[in-house]
Amino acid sequence: MGEYTYSELGSILAMQGFAGISLFSVLLLMALGLAIIFGQMGVINMAHGEFMAVGAYTTYFLSVLTEQYLPSLMPYYFIFAIVIAFLVAGVLGYLAEFALIRHLYKRPLDTLLATWGLSLIMQQSFRSIFGAREVSPTLPEWLLGSYQPTETIDIPLNGIFVLVLTGVVTLGVFYLLYKSSWGLRVRATTQNRVMSGAVGINTKKVDRYTFALGCGIAGIAGAAFTTIASTGPTTGSLYIVDTFMVVVFGGAASLFGTIVSAFTIAQTQSILEFFISGSMAKVYTLFALVLILMFKPEGLFASKVRR
Amino acid sequence: MVSNNTDFTLAVEDLTVSFDGFKAVDNLTLYLDRNELHVVIGPNGAGKTTVLDLICGKTKSTSGSIKFLNKELTNMAEHEIVRAGVGRKFQTPSIYENLSVLENLEVSYPHGRGVFGSIMFKRTSEVIEKIHQIADQIMLRDELETEAGLLSHGQKQWLEIGMLLIQDPQLLMLDEPVAGMSVREREQTAELLNKISQGRSVLVIEHDMDFVERIADKVTVLHQGKILAAGNMKEVQADPKVIEVYLGH
Amino acid sequence: MNFVYEKLFGGKQGFIGLLILAALILIVFPLFFDIFRLNLIGKYLTYAFAAVSLVLLWGYGGTLSLGQGIFFGLGGYGMAMFLKLEASSAENTSIQSTPGIPDFMDWNQITELPWFWVPFNSFTLTLIAILTIPALFAYIIGAAMFKRRVGGVYFAIITQVIAVILTILIVGQQGFTGGINGITDLRTLNGWDITSDSAKYIFYFINCGLLIAVIIASRFILTSKFGSLLLAMRDKEDRVRFSGYDVSNFKIFVFCFAALISAIGGALFTLQVGFMSPSFVGIVPSIEMVIFAAVGGRMSLIGAVYGTLLVNAGKTAFSESFPELWLFLMGGLFISVVMFFPNGLAGLWDDYGHYVTRHFSFLSTLKNKLFKKSPSIALEAANDSNVSEQQMTKL
Repeated sequence: MGEYTYSELGSILAMQGFAGISLFSVLLLMALGLAIIFGQMGVINMAHGEFMAVGAYTTYFLSVLTEQYLPSLMPYYFIFAIVIAFLVAGVLGYLAEFALIRHLYKRPLDTLLATWGLSLIMQQSFRSIFGAREVSPTLPEWLLGSYQPTETIDIPLNGIFVLVLTGVVTLGVFYLLYKSSWGLRVRATTQNRVMSGAVGINTKKVDRYTFALGCGIAGIAGAAFTTIASTGPTTGSLYIVDTFMVVVFGGAASLFGTIVSAFTIAQTQSILEFFISGSMAKVYTLFALVLILMFKPEGLFASKVRR
Repeated sequence: MVSNNTDFTLAVEDLTVSFDGFKAVDNLTLYLDRNELHVVIGPNGAGKTTVLDLICGKTKSTSGSIKFLNKELTNMAEHEIVRAGVGRKFQTPSIYENLSVLENLEVSYPHGRGVFGSIMFKRTSEVIEKIHQIADQIMLRDELETEAGLLSHGQKQWLEIGMLLIQDPQLLMLDEPVAGMSVREREQTAELLNKISQGRSVLVIEHDMDFVERIADKVTVLHQGKILAAGNMKEVQADPKVIEVYLGH
Repeated sequence: MNFVYEKLFGGKQGFIGLLILAALILIVFPLFFDIFRLNLIGKYLTYAFAAVSLVLLWGYGGTLSLGQGIFFGLGGYGMAMFLKLEASSAENTSIQSTPGIPDFMDWNQITELPWFWVPFNSFTLTLIAILTIPALFAYIIGAAMFKRRVGGVYFAIITQVIAVILTILIVGQQGFTGGINGITDLRTLNGWDITSDSAKYIFYFINCGLLIAVIIASRFILTSKFGSLLLAMRDKEDRVRFSGYDVSNFKIFVFCFAALISAIGGALFTLQVGFMSPSFVGIVPSIEMVIFAAVGGRMSLIGAVYGTLLVNAGKTAFSESFPELWLFLMGGLFISVVMFFPNGLAGLWDDYGHYVTRHFSFLSTLKNKLFKKSPSIALEAANDSNVSEQQMTKL
């Protein structure tokens, strides 16, 4: 570190910090979906990364369509793409729950294996439909370029956009879970499934929509992801482990914990990446997480409950 | 108030546990004599099961002491407490459904408790004899080869009691042993309890008043984590505070 | 004698099963396949070690490890390091800027053998390392997690993350590990050419012998009180704890034992395939090992071997001719096994096996003749062994 002056270090921290913000946004969006599904339903969805890829491919597909048939709409298509990515991933999630997950609720380890199988099938489907090469949508002009508050700091606009998007989605999830009557039903089902059923909550329906919502949010994560990097058939699987760590580290049932945890992990990795190689940054980050979880297995923000 | 060396089998003193500020058990003091059959009753949420959880180490206390034969239990691990001679039956029958009755009892047999001990454990005639003896007591002699999951609800309760008996505990704690049993099974269980309380202390949690009357030497009424009344069944039933709690709502 | 029979072979059923498996891999395969195919089967059978370890850990213990590749890899790398050092003698590597160290180190400007490579100059130390390091590593992970009562999906995910860490580390530290290519160009073991056909035959039979030994040892553990306790813990952990057992010790032991078995498989893999690389360490191989066990039947030691053979044969056949179809099939396999055949092939055999034996009635008569069992209940069988001992001597 000795070669940098303090002001240079400051700029590096700011820029790496902002690069970390993009990673944070994608991780948080992924983790929100996963946390809802795992925290509320106790289901491990190994195909969650592939639902993100569904969102990314949807965005790419729409960009190709728009460019070919309605080029005048290019500046606006991305907004629609986000909504459609959410819907496509959500509907696929709904179907997956119906066909697969609902039969395995009492066997969490089996769910894990079955969803892994689903992820293999989805990966191969991506490869068959879109090819093995990585693809990127054409982004609207207003997402390109960057904002330069000082000479040395250069913040890309897409990062800012993704951050805003993440904020909106997070608030939406918070509202849904904690302020709406639907959220009340979800939380009731989490705490006491039998009782919830007895007071007239259709717990099966709650499960299905919860799963669909989680997958839909992964779809939004995919749309956001396209602004940062290109998408390939195995893109989703690259993020699944990190996302799990975010959820577990944050304490599975805590929304606030998930946010803090995504931020910590993304920033640690991103700042470390500047000083050591990317792979070692990941090794250190994951290693630290495993160590912390060994001493505090319930995560950062688990609530104390009488067992 | 705090005694150091007593004749009691179990001496619980000033025991308190709080979950995020809620005191589930509040400053509880309770003594169990040798060979005493003590029943704890009380409305739902009174903290009865929590008391058992605290004694057997499932829940850690916030403050207070639990002495069993003058040994402090509060900082011991669960398996150490069991090895010291405290057996506990859970509310819902907790048996190994995939194993036979015989295997259920064998797994509970207090030898071969270490990793290598259990690998080298041999089913000697001594073990078999003990299993037979217990099976006779719990009325399951004819079911030794049956898979435990196929037993009736009452038989499962008995099996779990048998799994404790085979360890010969000095203190036996039973959480609602007759819940879900038929009238005939209740009678048999009462008989069983009277038999097995010879030579050991028994702490029972129960709702069924007829059953309590039949078995109890001493009764403690718990309400909102505190002791409301204690004594023999007659005294407790006559206590106006108890009547208020049970009938007032 | 009866003790040995019941304990090691798992009684009549288990003994026949083991006999059939032994006949298949020791006699039928060598007779019908050329050395190339046999070597391939040998490679599959090294995965079977990991699959068997998962039967103990997951099927009986209820603890799913998504990181058996870690231990398979540690065993494999241990053996590969020894073989690599032997292949990198000063004469063989005289063209390098630093002769006497593995070629990939030389390419990465490393001028001295790293300290952790030094013990692998000795074959004895290498064997000791293979048998202890993975188990020790498992002990550390197991003690940290099981003592804090971490289990279920948390354990699965943490083991998976450790597999990821190890993979990234191996790939990233090219100079010390050979990187993504792994450790290659392994030729001799104490001067003996391991690529020759005769060596391949010998390794194949050693592999089969060790696999059978591992199955017998696992049987011994599962038929003991320890085995009942494992099942008991899987279903009612609290009841076991409140019967006076320190549950975590049992889980740690199974995890370590499973790690040891997997490591032996890994070491045999290196010997038969002639290289070791990170692609046998990470998430994908680890979870594939789980599917091997699941297809065979998570509760069946022998089933795990068949599951491994079948899935791998399918993988080889399909990925040669229809590589695209294979991932769909593999995915479908994961889903259908957990949804429709949770007990795998072994479960199918239990449900429908009697149709087969009925059609081959001579088999069952043979069986009855060999293993006529007295109608004694298990209680008596434990005490007196005279009757069955006589039957055993007939064998």
